[in-house]
Amino acid sequence: MGIIRTDKLAYEYIRRDEEGNPEGITRAIDGVSIDIVPGEFVAILGHNGSGKSTFAKHINSILHATEGTVWVDGKDVADPDNVWDVRQTAGMVFQNPDNQIIGQIVEEDVGFGPENMGVPTKEIWERVEESLKAVHMYKYKDKSPNKLSGGQKQRVSIAGVLAMHPKCIILDEPTAMLDPGGRKEVIRAVRALNQVENITVLLITHYMDEVIYADRVLVMDKGRIALQGTPKEVFSQVERLKELRLDVPQEILLARSLNEMGISIPENILGVKEMAQCIAQEYFG
Amino acid sequence: MSIIFNHVNYIYDADTKHSSYALKDINLQINKGEFIGIIGHTGSGKSTLTQLMNALLKPTDGEVYFEGVDINSNGYNKKELRSRVGLVFQYPEHQLFEADVFSDVCYGPKNLGLSKKEAELRAFEALRLVGMDNEYYYQSPFDLSGGQKRRVAIAGVLAMKPEVLILDEPTAGLDPKGRDEILDQITRLKKETGITIILVSHSMEDVAKYVDRLIVMNQGQIMYDDTPREVFKHAESLQESGLALPRVTYIMHELKKLGVPVDTKAITVEEAAMEIASLLRK
Repeated sequence: MGIIRTDKLAYEYIRRDEEGNPEGITRAIDGVSIDIVPGEFVAILGHNGSGKSTFAKHINSILHATEGTVWVDGKDVADPDNVWDVRQTAGMVFQNPDNQIIGQIVEEDVGFGPENMGVPTKEIWERVEESLKAVHMYKYKDKSPNKLSGGQKQRVSIAGVLAMHPKCIILDEPTAMLDPGGRKEVIRAVRALNQVENITVLLITHYMDEVIYADRVLVMDKGRIALQGTPKEVFSQVERLKELRLDVPQEILLARSLNEMGISIPENILGVKEMAQCIAQEYFG
Repeated sequence: MSIIFNHVNYIYDADTKHSSYALKDINLQINKGEFIGIIGHTGSGKSTLTQLMNALLKPTDGEVYFEGVDINSNGYNKKELRSRVGLVFQYPEHQLFEADVFSDVCYGPKNLGLSKKEAELRAFEALRLVGMDNEYYYQSPFDLSGGQKRRVAIAGVLAMKPEVLILDEPTAGLDPKGRDEILDQITRLKKETGITIILVSHSMEDVAKYVDRLIVMNQGQIMYDDTPREVFKHAESLQESGLALPRVTYIMHELKKLGVPVDTKAITVEEAAMEIASLLRK
C-alpha cells in the first residue's frame, strides 16, 4: 500500500448568497483515486480552480472529505486520533512564504515544528542544522527571515517541514510568487530531497517546466484526474493540454514544428539539454 | 511627454551605515500612449520605480515629473496624481472588499468625490473595458475565479479614469490560460482607449509578445531600454541578471555549446524551427 492513497475522494461545499442562504452545491473534488508509493515524485498540474489545491488539503486533514477515504502511511486521515501523526508524516508547504514563517530568525523558525512535537532540545538543534543544510540555507541561520528573498524564504519553509522528519512533503504551488531565479532554487531543493533523502514529493503547480523530472504527472480538471502518466506521455498530448488550459513545453512544440517541416525528431523529448543533444546528434549524423 | 525621471536615486536607510541603493541614477522618459514593459529579477528595483511614479515613494535625490510638474514639490496634489496615474498592485484581488463586484468598482470614483450616478457610469464603463459580463455585477467578488477577481481589481483602478495605468505583475499566480486572457484584455484596453500602459513583470515571454518598448532593470539601474527584439539580442547578460529566456532560446544556446553552428537569436518556436531546419537540410 502506498504512502498516500485516496479512494473515490469527493468534496462538496455549499455556495451561499450574501444572507447566508444556500444557493447550490459545488463538487470541487469528484471521485479521485490515487496511490503514491514511497519515494515517488508526483506532480499535479491543473488550471486555477481545477481542484488541485483542494485535493492536497485533504491529505493532511485541513479539509475533510464529503465522500471517500484518504490514507497516509496506512492511517485514515478522517480519524481525529490520527491527525497529528498524519501531519507529521505528510508536511505541507504553501504558496506564500510570508504566511508560513513565524520565527524572528531563521533557525528559530525551523525549530518551531520539532519543538512543538516535544523533541528534546539537543535533537532540535541537530534537526535544524541538517534541515537547513539540505536546502542550502545553513549560512543564513542567524538572519532575520525578513531580509531573505522569496526563494530563500520558501526554502526556509521547506526546512521547517523537513525538521519534523516527514516521510512525505506536499508543496502547493511553492513557486507561484517567485521570480525565475527563486523558482529554480526551490525546485532544485525539492528534487534533492526526493533523490538524496528519498522523501516522497507531491508537487502542485501550473508551471510545466517544473514537472518534467517527476516520476508521474497527474493533470486535474473539474475535480477529476483528466490525464496521467510519465511526463513524456502527458506532454506529448499537446491538444488535450491546451484544452485543459495548460502550456506545453517549448521543446515539444519545436519537435512538432520540425516534423511538420519534414525533419524527423521524436516528439516526446523533455528538457533543454536533452532536446539540444537530440538535434545535435541529427546534425552530426 | 508624460512622466520624466531626472537623475533619481532611491536609497533605503539613507542616513545609516546600512544604506543601500534601490534605484541609482534613473533617467527615463515615458511618453503618452506608450505600451511599456518593465522587467527585472526580484529586488531589481522595478516596483520601487513604479511607486515613485505616483508619489507613493519620494526619491532620495532627483525629481519625478508628471506633465511637466515635479510631483514631489510642495503643494502638489498627490491625490489627484494618483487618480491620473493608476497603480494596480501585485495580487490586487487581495484588496477587494465590497459585498458585490459593482460596488467594489464604484469605490474609487466615489472617493474622488463624484456623484453616485457618475461613479456608477464609470464603473459600468470600467467593467466593460476589462471584459466582465453584467451577470457578475452583483455577485460577491470572492466567488469569482482568480483571473476574474483580478479583472475586477483592474476595473476598480480604471474607474478613476487614469491617463497612465501601471500594472505590477498582473499575471502572477494565474494559470497559463488566465495569464493570456488578462494580457489580451490589457492589449484590447490599450487599443480602445489609447491609455499609457506600464506592465511590470519578471517573465520575458509574457511581456515581450505584447509591449512596444521594454525596460530591463538590474540592481537598481536601467540595463536596457529598447524594443523587445533588440533587448532579446543580449541573451547572455539577461540570463546573468537572473531573467529567464524563452526555453527555445536556451535550446539554441545549448546547441551552440555542443558545436552546432546555429544562430542563437531565435525567441519563438517558429524562428528556432526555421533555423534548425535550414541547418539540418544542408
